[in-house]
Amino acid sequence: MNPPPQDLPGRLIAVEGLDGSGKSTQIYLVKRWLELEGYKVFFTEWNSSLLVRSATRKGKKRQLLTPTTFALIHCTDFADRYEREILPLLSAGHVVLADRYIYTAFARDASRGCDREWIRSLYGYARHPDLTFFFDVPLETALNRILDGRPRLKYYEAGMDLGLAQDEYQSFRLFQGRIYQEYLSMAPEFNFIRIDSDRSPEVMHREVRQVISQRIDLPAYRWRSRNP
Amino acid sequence: MSRRFYGRGLPGVDLALLRGKLIVIEGADGSGRTTHTAMLRDWMERSGYATEEVGLKRSNLVAAELDRAQQGNTLGPITQTLFYATDFADQLENKIIPALRSGFIVLADRYIYTMMARAMVRKLDQDWVRKMYSIALVPDAVFYLDVPPKVLAGRIFRKGRLLDYWESGMDVRRTGDMYSNFIKYQDQVRSEFRRMRNQYGFDVVNGNRSPRVVHRELQGKIQNLLGI
Repeated sequence: MNPPPQDLPGRLIAVEGLDGSGKSTQIYLVKRWLELEGYKVFFTEWNSSLLVRSATRKGKKRQLLTPTTFALIHCTDFADRYEREILPLLSAGHVVLADRYIYTAFARDASRGCDREWIRSLYGYARHPDLTFFFDVPLETALNRILDGRPRLKYYEAGMDLGLAQDEYQSFRLFQGRIYQEYLSMAPEFNFIRIDSDRSPEVMHREVRQVISQRIDLPAYRWRSRNP
Repeated sequence: MSRRFYGRGLPGVDLALLRGKLIVIEGADGSGRTTHTAMLRDWMERSGYATEEVGLKRSNLVAAELDRAQQGNTLGPITQTLFYATDFADQLENKIIPALRSGFIVLADRYIYTMMARAMVRKLDQDWVRKMYSIALVPDAVFYLDVPPKVLAGRIFRKGRLLDYWESGMDVRRTGDMYSNFIKYQDQVRSEFRRMRNQYGFDVVNGNRSPRVVHRELQGKIQNLLGI
C-alpha cells in the first residue's frame, strides 16, 4: 500500500488490550479530560461503522463468518471509519482517540488462524498511531472481570467458531489466552506503551495523562476560539 | 493444470481435491457477460455437466448490505474494495470451493479482476489489492468480453436502463456530464483490463459482435479446455 500519511497535523492515540483490561474506561477518561480542557478531540470505536454494521451483525448472528470473512468484514468496517472519520479528522488537526485499532485485528485474526502477513497487508492503508497504550492485565484477572459481570458470551467473542472447547467459558479462556500472546509478541514491534492495569482507574489514568502530556504538544490542539 | 491459489491462499484447503473447473467471464455492464454466462450454462447442462454460478454481490453474507451501502454514495474507495473482497471470500469459501470439490464447473460472472481494475482506476495501491486477493483460486480460463464504451452505453440505453453511478465513475470525477464520465471511466477500466491481460492470462474476446458468434467462439474455447 502507498505509505499512509504520517505527517498529518492531527494526532492519533489508540488503546489496545483484552476485554476487561480497563482500556475503554481509560480512553473515555482521556476523552473527557481533553474535551473539558477545550481540545479538539474525536473518538472512534471498533466495529461501529453504520454502513457495515448490519452485515457484521447478521454474519455473527447466523454464524456465517469464517476466519477469512470475519477478518475482511472487520477490515471493511475499519476502512469506512478510517476514510470518513479518522483520516479527515487527523487532516483537520484533531486528536483522534481510538478504542481498539488495527492491532485488535492483528491479534484476533491471527488467533483465528489467518495468515499474519495477509492480515497486515489488508490494513496496509492505515497509518500507525502516534501513541498506542497496551493495557496489560494478568489473563486471569481479565477473564474474571468479564466472566463475573457478563455471564452470557457471544459465539465469536468466545471463539466458539474455532472449536477449541465445547464449553463456551473454557473456549473464551483459551481464545483470550491466544489473543494475549499475540499482543505480547507485537508489543515491541509497534512500540506499545504498556500500562499495568492491575490497579485502580485513577492511578492508571494519572500515568496515561502523563504520557500524553509529555509526548503530544497538547496546546497545539486547543480550539482557537470557544463558542460564546 | 494443477490447481493453485494466487498467493498463500486459504488455510485448510486441499487443492488436490478440487476436481471441477473454474471459468470466468469478465466484462463491463453491457458487454453481454450475463447473457453469455447464461448461454454457457444452458449448453453445459444440456451436455450433462453440473454447474454452479457465482458473481459480484451475490454472497449470502454481504450482498444486500453492500447494495444498500452503495445507494448512499458515501462509500469510500478503500471501504468499497474491502466490501467486495468480503463478498468474494464468502462465495469462494461457501460456493466455489465446495462446488469444485464436487466436480462442478463453476461459472463466474466476473471474478476478482473487475475489482482490481476499479481499484486501479481509483488510484489505490496495486500491491495492496493483489495481496488482498492472494486468497483467490487461479481459474482454468478467463474470458474478457471486450466492447468499446460507446457501444456499452448504447446497449444499456437500448434496454431502457440508465447509467449506473459507480459504473460511470461518478465518485472518481465529476467534471463532465454522466455520459462523458461513463465513457472516460470505462475507457480507463478497459485499459486496466488490457494491462492485466498478460499478467493473468486473459483470453480477450471481441464482444462487439452478435451474441451467436461470440457464444460459438466461447463454446469452442471451452470445449478444448474440457476436452469435449
